[in-house]
Amino acid sequence: MEEEAHAKPKKAMPRQCCVCNQRRAALKRPKTLDQICKECFYEVFEEEIHQDIVENQLFKPGERIAIGASGGKDSTVLAYVLSELNRRHNYGLDLFLLSVDEGITGYRDDSLETVKRNEIQYGLPLKVVSYKDLYGWTMDEIVKMIGLKNNCTFCGVFRRQALDRGAAMLKVDKVATGHNADDIAETVLLNILRGDIARLSRCTAITTGIYSPNAYRGFAREFIKDLERIRPRAILDIIKSGEDFRISTSTKMPEQGTCERCGYISSQKWCKACVLLEGLNRGLPKLGIGRSRGLNTDRNKDVKEISVAKSIESKQCGTLDF
Amino acid sequence: MGMAYGHNHAWESVFSFPIGGLELLCDSVKIHNVNVEPQDGAKKLDMKDLLTWVRGNLIKERPEMFMKGDTVRPGILVLVNDCDWELSGQLTTTLEDKDVVVFISTLHGG
Repeated sequence: MEEEAHAKPKKAMPRQCCVCNQRRAALKRPKTLDQICKECFYEVFEEEIHQDIVENQLFKPGERIAIGASGGKDSTVLAYVLSELNRRHNYGLDLFLLSVDEGITGYRDDSLETVKRNEIQYGLPLKVVSYKDLYGWTMDEIVKMIGLKNNCTFCGVFRRQALDRGAAMLKVDKVATGHNADDIAETVLLNILRGDIARLSRCTAITTGIYSPNAYRGFAREFIKDLERIRPRAILDIIKSGEDFRISTSTKMPEQGTCERCGYISSQKWCKACVLLEGLNRGLPKLGIGRSRGLNTDRNKDVKEISVAKSIESKQCGTLDF
Repeated sequence: MGMAYGHNHAWESVFSFPIGGLELLCDSVKIHNVNVEPQDGAKKLDMKDLLTWVRGNLIKERPEMFMKGDTVRPGILVLVNDCDWELSGQLTTTLEDKDVVVFISTLHGG
């Protein structure tokens, strides 16, 4: 008794978990405002993901799936959940971990170590693709060439494409990338602010992930976290509004085609990575960055030289579409 | 890990900044064992006192990355003994000797 009284006193406020009514609640789910314990949270979280996978028929038995693994919290959770559900519900999937090494000294080392731990922990084969191998340039070398400004453009474009190239090497059917609700709400908001309707509908399509580095991303993130404080469901509501966004059928949408140079998906003649790479290799690293200068004029000239076919140039280069 | 015992009326807490890079604001030290005195002769220490103390004593640069107004920046999760502080009254959460407080930034990195 004496000891019990001395044991860490429970805080007055936290209540019992509303699911099991046994353990102490450890968090409040923003989605439902339920107070829930750690164990029950894992259970409902994993079950909801399973239901989403089944309802949206995300996978077919026998498929090979690459999990984009950065070593961060989102992709680590994804790797755990997918390997767990695959085993528990017999999805019959061949899962792989796919990591991108940008070649930034002292930056990726830690997270690649985490990915290697994931490889062992979940028994998933790991493939690492590097910028150096794919493009002939490490990020360190790119930064040396173009400076600290604008290098996010290279990194973002190259990373998204590196994932796809790695996926092709692994001969997988699909790539799964981990994003949290904050990421997606932020993307919806940014696409609305930018008036980018094509990507607004794509960004909430369930199997599509986009990567879009931008300076004002940080502001959008802060804004949605402020909203969440006032109304915890706000983040999920923003995602819902992105899902429900309908575009009038008379609106002309940019087509998604393929890059004439490398075959990667692109809504323009050359994909962004090829434009950026061309700039690097020709010693004109500003090519492909910023607005109409440089890229557009320069590339339009190239396009005209190559062919006089219809221009599929539909947007400014600064919009960073893939 | 060595724990320094506090003298009378000092509340000892362990702070940690495990993910998200918040430790960069405090000389890259992730775990801090600290003794904090309640303010102005008050008997109890609460999270509000603690944040004031952390801001004044641990944060070495860019305090705006950690705090906004009198509380943490939106997007920073605060756990007191493994429990989200939203359930224990946030700033009014009272702290006991040997409590463990964890700050996790969800703002950067996935």
